[in-house]
Amino acid sequence: MSASLEKGIHALKEVIDAPIASYFNSCVHCGLCAEACLFYLETGDPKYTPIHKLEPLRRVYEQEYTLLGRLKKWTGLSKPVTDDELDQWQELVYDSCTMCGRCSLVCPVGNDIVYMVRKLREGMAVSGHVPDGIKGAAKRTVEIGGPMGLKWPAVANVIKKAEEATGLTIPVDQAGADYLVLLSSMEIVNFPEYLEALAKIFNKAGITFTLASDAFEATNAGIQIGNSDLARVIVSRIVDAAERLKVNNVLSPECGHAYMAVRWEGPNLIGRPYSFKVVHVLELLDELRQKGVLKVKDKFKEKLILHDPCQIVRRGGVLNAPEPLVQMVAENYIPVADKQMWNWCCGGGGGASAIHTEEAEALRAKAFGIKKRQIEDAGVKTMVTFCANCRIVMEEAIDHYEMDTQLLGLTELLAEHLED
Amino acid sequence: MDALQFLTWVRGPGLDIAVGIFVLGVLWRLIEIYTLGRKPDLAEARHAAGASGWHTVFRRSLPPPGMMKRSPVSYIGGYIFHVGLAIIVFLFAPHILLITNLTGLSWPGLPSQFVDLVTVVTMAAMIVVLVDRINKPAKRFLSTFEDWFTWAVTFLPVLTGWMAVQHLLLPYTLMLAIHILTVEILLIVLPFTKLFHAFTLIGSRWYNGRVNGQRGVPV
Repeated sequence: MSASLEKGIHALKEVIDAPIASYFNSCVHCGLCAEACLFYLETGDPKYTPIHKLEPLRRVYEQEYTLLGRLKKWTGLSKPVTDDELDQWQELVYDSCTMCGRCSLVCPVGNDIVYMVRKLREGMAVSGHVPDGIKGAAKRTVEIGGPMGLKWPAVANVIKKAEEATGLTIPVDQAGADYLVLLSSMEIVNFPEYLEALAKIFNKAGITFTLASDAFEATNAGIQIGNSDLARVIVSRIVDAAERLKVNNVLSPECGHAYMAVRWEGPNLIGRPYSFKVVHVLELLDELRQKGVLKVKDKFKEKLILHDPCQIVRRGGVLNAPEPLVQMVAENYIPVADKQMWNWCCGGGGGASAIHTEEAEALRAKAFGIKKRQIEDAGVKTMVTFCANCRIVMEEAIDHYEMDTQLLGLTELLAEHLED
Repeated sequence: MDALQFLTWVRGPGLDIAVGIFVLGVLWRLIEIYTLGRKPDLAEARHAAGASGWHTVFRRSLPPPGMMKRSPVSYIGGYIFHVGLAIIVFLFAPHILLITNLTGLSWPGLPSQFVDLVTVVTMAAMIVVLVDRINKPAKRFLSTFEDWFTWAVTFLPVLTGWMAVQHLLLPYTLMLAIHILTVEILLIVLPFTKLFHAFTLIGSRWYNGRVNGQRGVPV
C-alpha cells in the first residue's frame, strides 16, 4: 500500500460516524437517488447513480467497522480499496458530482448522500485522487489568497473604481463596522458591479461596513477539494479578520459554496462557535426589503426565471429570501416547476467548474440539458441567479448551445433598479 | 425425520435458535452502528418550520415532489408489499396466536380470506418490483447477489405460508414446517443484510433531518 493511499484510507476511517454507518445499512439499492441526479438523468449512465459514487467509502466502512466485514476482509472475501479504484472513482466523486444534494432529498430510507460525498472527498484529497483543476485552485487559495490567484492590489483597484462610479467611500480594515464584506474572486474579476451595488445599498440603509485587506476572499477551495486542513486554514483568515476588526456580522457574497464554507462548515472546522454572525447578502437584502429600506424606482420588464444556487438554498437554508426580492424587481417573474430547494444544479458546483478536461467539460454541457429545458419551457431570455460560479458555468453552457439567454446577478439587478 | 418431527423441530429448537440469533444480531448491529457517534454541529442553528429529525422520519414516507412520476413502480409496488407484509405478519390470526404464546400480547386479527387476498397481492407486488429491478438501468446496475438473495428470503415465507393455508403441492404438515423454516432463515439473515433497513431507517431519516434541520432546510 502506498503512503498516500494509507493516509487516504486513514482519513476515510476518521470521517466515518454513526450517520454514515446508519446510511450504508439502510440502503436497499432502490436506485431512486439516480432519479434526482442531473448527471444520471441527462446521460442515462447508471454509473452516475449517487449511492454508487460512495462505493469506496462503503467498503472501508464495512471492512473496518462491521464484524462481518472484518471477517470478510480477513478471509479474503472482500478486497481492500486500492489506488487504482480511487483513481477510477475520481470522475464519479468530482467531475460528475457537484454536491448539489438533490439525492439527499429523495432517498426513501433517508440517506444524506451528499453528506457522505463530502466525507469521501476527505480521503480522495489526502490520497491525491483529485482533478488537477481543483488541486490548482486550492493551491492558489492557500499560497496567494484566492482560487484565481488574485492579490489585494487587484481588489484595491476594483474598490477604487467602485468609489469613482458611486461617489461613495468604501472602507478598508475599519474596526467596529456592522458588516465585514467578503467577495469571491469571480465577482472581483467578472462582476465588479457587485461591490458598487453593495456600497449604494449600505449607504442607503445607513449600515456601516468594511473590507479586510487580509481576508477578502470568501471562496474556499479546501471545501471543494474536500480537505478539512486546507479548508480550516482558509476559513481562519476570515475568522481572524472578523474578530480583529470586531465586526458584528460577516457578509457572505452571492457565491454558493463560499456561503457553505463560512456559514456552516467554518465553526466546525475551527472547532468553536463564532463570535459574529454570518449573513448571506440576500438575507440582508430581504431584511432591508421587509423594513422598507429597499425600494425600487422601476421594474425589469422582460420575462425571467430564477436559478436557485444549491449551496445557498437547498443546502444553505436561504429558502425564502430570493423569491420576494425577484418579485420586487421583476415585472414578469415566471416561477419554474422545480424551484427553491428542488431546483436543478447548474452542473458545475462543488469544484466541478474548475475541472477543464475535455470529458469533464462535455459532461457539464450535457448536464446543463435540464436547465436548458427549464429556460426553453418558460420561454424566457433572462435568468437571474445569485452565485458567481453558477453564472459562469451557465454562461459557458449558453455559449456552447448558442442560446439567446442573458444571465443576471440578483444583487446587481436590484441595485440597477433601486430608488436613488 | 418425518414431517411431524420436522415441524416439531422448527417450532421448538429451530425457532429458539432463529429468534436468538435475530435478537442478539439486531442488538449487536444497532450497537455497532450507533455507538460510532457523531460530532456536534457548532454552526449557529437556523430554525425553520418542519426542519427537524422527526419531521423527516415521517415526511420521507411520502414520495417527494415529482418522484412518483419518475418511478411509479418503486413507490406503488413498494407501498403495497410493505403494507402487505405488515398485515400478513401482524394481523393474520395464527401469527397473532404465535406472538401471544411468545410474549403474552394479543390483539384482534383480520378474516382469513382477507389476509389470503392481501397475500396474493403482496406476492404480485414483490414480483413486479423484482421485474423493475431487472428492467431499470440504475436498479440493475446497483444490484448484487445480496439483492436477489434478500428478495428470495423475503418472498419464500409469504409463498410457503400461502401454499400451506391453501393446501397446495405438499401435505399441510410438511408445508407448514417449510414455512416456519423459511421464516427462521429470514430472521437469521435480517440483521446482517440490507433487510436491516427495517431498523436503521428511522435513524437514517432522523440524522438527515437533523443535519439539514440545523440549516433550516426541511428535507
